[in-house]
Amino acid sequence: MTEDAALLSCCGLRKTYGKDAGLVRAVDGVDLDVAAGETVAIMGPSGCGKSTLLHLLGGLDRPSGGEVRLAGSRVDQMSERALARLRQDAVGFVFQAFHLMDELTAVENVELPALLAGRPARTARRRATELMERVGLADRAGFLPAALSGGQRQRVAIARALVGEPRVVLADEPTGNLDSAATLEVLRLFESLHVAGQTLVIVTHDSRIAATADRMISMRDGAFIDETRLTGGTRGDLGALAGLEGP
Amino acid sequence: MQQEVVLALLAKEPSHGYQLRARLRQALGPLGEGMNAGQVYVTLTRLEKAGLVAAEPSAGLPDRPDRKVYELTPAGQQRVADWLGEVGWPGPAPAEFHLKLVAAAAARLADPLTIVDAQRRELLRRLRDAQRAAMAEPDGSEAGLLLEGLVLRLQADLRWLEACERHWMSRKDRS
Repeated sequence: MTEDAALLSCCGLRKTYGKDAGLVRAVDGVDLDVAAGETVAIMGPSGCGKSTLLHLLGGLDRPSGGEVRLAGSRVDQMSERALARLRQDAVGFVFQAFHLMDELTAVENVELPALLAGRPARTARRRATELMERVGLADRAGFLPAALSGGQRQRVAIARALVGEPRVVLADEPTGNLDSAATLEVLRLFESLHVAGQTLVIVTHDSRIAATADRMISMRDGAFIDETRLTGGTRGDLGALAGLEGP
Repeated sequence: MQQEVVLALLAKEPSHGYQLRARLRQALGPLGEGMNAGQVYVTLTRLEKAGLVAAEPSAGLPDRPDRKVYELTPAGQQRVADWLGEVGWPGPAPAEFHLKLVAAAAARLADPLTIVDAQRRELLRRLRDAQRAAMAEPDGSEAGLLLEGLVLRLQADLRWLEACERHWMSRKDRS
C-alpha cells in the first residue's frame, strides 16, 4: 500500500435485500476513500442506507457486491474469524444507544474489549484508565452507567471504541440520544480525537456533528449525491449572521 | 414582493398578473393572505421599467390595460438564473427560498434538490465556523451564548432544508 492510499475505502459497494419487485437497494454503488486522520460525515434522511453503509465498512455486515478495503486488506472477502479480529483490533464502533453493559462500571466497560482480545488484565486496566482520563471522566471510572448522564455514557462508549487503538472509528448517530449540552461534550471529544489524528467516519442526522467533519457527504436512496469539503470560512460572516453588520 | 420571485414564476410561461397572484397564494397558503393585491402589479411595473419583463396587451381584451401578458426578457431570464444559484443566508427569508424551489420546479429551470444541496453546503460551512468558535469559548462565556444562538438557528435552518429535501424528493418520485 502506498503512503497516500486511502486508509479505508470502498468501491462499487452494494447491499440489497429481497428480490424482484420487493428488491431494496439499501446501498447502491458507493465509492468512498477515507484518508488516515480524516473525519468524514455521511448525512441523509432516515432509510437512505447510511447505517447499512457503516456496517459494511466495519465488517458488521457483508456486501452484495463491491469491495471494502481497510489498510489494504479486503474486508468483504474475510472469513468470519478474520472479521471478528478486525472488529476487535482495527475498527472501533460507537452507537446511538451507547450499548454499555449495565452491570459493569465505566472503566470495566472500557477495558472489556481489550480483555476479550486476550490482553493481560493489568494492561487492559491501564489503557482503560488512560482513556477515561482522555474523555474527561477519570473521576467517574467506578460509576455504573445508570449513574452517568447521557453525554457521559457516550463518552465512555467512545473510550471503549478506542481501547484497541483502532485504525478507524465508525460512529452511527452518536448524538442521536443526547440533548444540546451533551452533544457539545461529544463534539469536543470528537474534535480532540481528530486533532490527535484519529480517522473517523460518522453517519448522522445531526448537522451539528456533520459540521465538525473535514468532509460531508449527502446520501439519498443508497447512493452518494453530494460532497462538501468543510474547510474554513470567515468570522466576518458570523458577525453578519448574528446581526452585527448588514447582509 | 421580491422581484426575483415574480421573475422566476414567469419563467414557466408568459402570464397575466392575476395568474401570478394565484400562483403565489397557492405556494404561500395562509402566509400569502396578507399580501396586498396590488403588490404583484407594482413589482411587474418595476420589472418592466427595468427591462426584465416585457408586457403585451392580451388578445381579446385591448381595452383593459391591466390585462397584460408578461413575459421574461433575456435579461430577466439571466436574473432568474443568477438568483437560483445564489446561496446567501440569512439573506433569503424562508418564503423567498421556498418560492425559489417552487418556481424552479414549475419552470423546470433547476432541480429543487440541487438548490437544497447548494444551500445546505453553505449553511454547513457557517455552522462549522460558528461551532468551532463556540467550542473555543470557555464554559459560561457570554460570547459562547451568542454563538450557541447562531448554532441553534443554523441547525433549525438545516432541519428545514431536510424537510424541503423530503418534499421535493417525494414529488420527484411521483412524477
